[in-house]
Amino acid sequence: MMLSIKNLKAEVEGKEILKGLDLQVGAGEVHAIMGPNGSGKSTLAHILAGRDGYAVTAGEVLFNGESLIELAPEERASRGIFLAFQYPVELPGVNNTHFLKEALNAQRKARGEPELDSVAFLKLIREKLAMVSMQPELLKRPVNAGFSGGEKKRNEILQMALLEPKLAILDETDSGLDIDALKTVSDGVNALRSPDRSVILVTHYQRLLDYIQPDFVHVLAGGKIVRSGDKGLAKELEAKGYGWLSGQDEAA
Amino acid sequence: MSSTTKQVDALVERGYEHGFVTDIETDVIAPGLDEDVIRFISQRKQEPEWVLEYRLKAFRHWLGMTPPEWSSVHHPQIDFQTISYFAAPKKKPVLESLDQVDPELLRTYEKLGIPLEEQKALSGVAVDAVFDSVSVATTFRKNLADAGVIFCSISEAAREHPALLREYLGSVVPHTDNFYAALNAAVFTDGTFVYIPKGVRCPMELSTYFRINAQNTGQFERTLIVAEEGSHVSYLEGCTAPQRDENQLHAAVVELVAMQDAQIKYSTVQNWYPGDAQGKGGIYNFVTKRGDCRGARSKISWTQVETGSAITWKYPSCLLRGDDSVGEFYSVAVTKGHQQADTGTKMIHLGRNTRSTIVSKGISAGDGQQAYRGLVRMAQRAENARNHTQCDSLLIGDRCAAHTFPYIEVKNPTAKVEHEATTSKIGDDQLFYCRSRGLSEEDAVSLIVNGFCKEIFNELPMEFAVEAQKLLAISLEGAVG
Repeated sequence: MMLSIKNLKAEVEGKEILKGLDLQVGAGEVHAIMGPNGSGKSTLAHILAGRDGYAVTAGEVLFNGESLIELAPEERASRGIFLAFQYPVELPGVNNTHFLKEALNAQRKARGEPELDSVAFLKLIREKLAMVSMQPELLKRPVNAGFSGGEKKRNEILQMALLEPKLAILDETDSGLDIDALKTVSDGVNALRSPDRSVILVTHYQRLLDYIQPDFVHVLAGGKIVRSGDKGLAKELEAKGYGWLSGQDEAA
Repeated sequence: MSSTTKQVDALVERGYEHGFVTDIETDVIAPGLDEDVIRFISQRKQEPEWVLEYRLKAFRHWLGMTPPEWSSVHHPQIDFQTISYFAAPKKKPVLESLDQVDPELLRTYEKLGIPLEEQKALSGVAVDAVFDSVSVATTFRKNLADAGVIFCSISEAAREHPALLREYLGSVVPHTDNFYAALNAAVFTDGTFVYIPKGVRCPMELSTYFRINAQNTGQFERTLIVAEEGSHVSYLEGCTAPQRDENQLHAAVVELVAMQDAQIKYSTVQNWYPGDAQGKGGIYNFVTKRGDCRGARSKISWTQVETGSAITWKYPSCLLRGDDSVGEFYSVAVTKGHQQADTGTKMIHLGRNTRSTIVSKGISAGDGQQAYRGLVRMAQRAENARNHTQCDSLLIGDRCAAHTFPYIEVKNPTAKVEHEATTSKIGDDQLFYCRSRGLSEEDAVSLIVNGFCKEIFNELPMEFAVEAQKLLAISLEGAVG
């Protein structure tokens, strides 16, 4: 099992958000995690990537057999965990190409691999650009600064393509995208599917799953996975709303 | 991350690397200041009589002045009678090559990372090394002389180029200008004189490395650069200083004169000892820097990266006298720990169509206190003069502070003045974003800060830009978290 989460409990500022969550993700699998707002989806994504401010109070998170909980975000990154942000952060004045090169080389160095020089890096990034249909001009701009919503999300997928993670977590990647941008982003993700790369899609809507076909669909509600199934579950949710599973009133 | 950062990390682990004391016998006069001390300095410098008169006039004026209290920096009152006003290495040879330099001194330079020989061979930068108050080695003299450029210590200029010095000394910063400028005029001990003749493009970047090394010795540099009609010069100034218990006063004066169509670019990277964790013992840096765009279409550009000193008080300024003349000020100032900085510029537009640009980037961390103080004055005659000011502050942590005090005076209705100011904080979300891509927290801070300062670094000559990035990374070590 690539990712094994057992009975995970976590709180933010004393409030328990995850209340005993279990999830198993095998190599090459695509899992969609759906759920109403406030169910803990983004919390799960952030905890996996190592964001500060969450206290894990119980349970375990193993990534290829190693516990993640004590690792710093950068250590998780170099082990192959990647989070595509719901709201990618702007870094004014920091050149996008420079940022990508520093990030890739930091990870390579941490893994004991040789760092890429500028020539090798530029060759690599050009290949990856084509994969996500991003304009090369965006590489010359500061990271995400002044990017449109679609450009920011594509930049996330470009980073994913470049960093070649083992486990990619896409947090609401579909939010704020028009249908063309959604398709481009999805094509990028699909191009990166491989037998040794797993993907967790965190999403509120079924729409994304029309473009990226998941192997498994889980419904997160009240801090736990309340139902798991195949992609048929997503369709059912779309029709019946989240209230159907959680007993809450909220509609999808 | 990059190899630069590797070096930085190694440096950081060593603490304030430049905080060593070189064991060279120093000839210091007893603390205190009176006319006899000034006569002693002048005599030791073998100066002409008029220089002594100039010093005494300034001293007498200074006696009637009080230290400025309008800036936002705070420090205990300075007792000027406890300072020693002259220190010179005892073995003061007349040098023709570096072989004649005291080997101990050369080792000091190597510790500082500025081996003169390598610089000579590799970088093409002429170095006038100032150790304490006396120049001990000057290189590239011949190349410069061939171009007609004079590049020497100011004492030497007093002896060898008295007419030039007499014409320009104090012509931009008069001895009556302010308290510290008056003090400097009375007791200045060395510094640099540069003269670029008409139409000459100086064949290399000129550089001076300062070093304050004798305990209780204030250093009073005096720099004068004159660029004749149509000439160009780029001057670099970089400094480090040894660790000390007591506050060290540094009150320099820099005067620039640009004639018609002349251009002067003056760059500074300053990394003086900022004091210990409690803020004790750092350098007080009270500097008066002013450039005079005397001729039409002349241009003076100040670029500074200020990371050191306990207190920085400096306002490199431009008098835009000539029509169509241009003044520029690009600044990065870092305050952390208990550092204080009150810095900025003055752009005085006197001529028609004069233009000025001010870009100031302030970074505060820890308990750092920082103020940008800038004056833009459009005089009555300054038809169509323009100024653009951009003033950005970056805060790291929640105990530091940044303030902006723009002073704008417009007496001509056709003048245009723009002022933009921003304040931002390095956000947790920015740090997490970088770290989730594999960068360490320190590297993330360095990346964000360097991005913030990029406009300024672009103005620096290449080797200084690299140095400046290193300094910033060292300065901000441990600033987050």
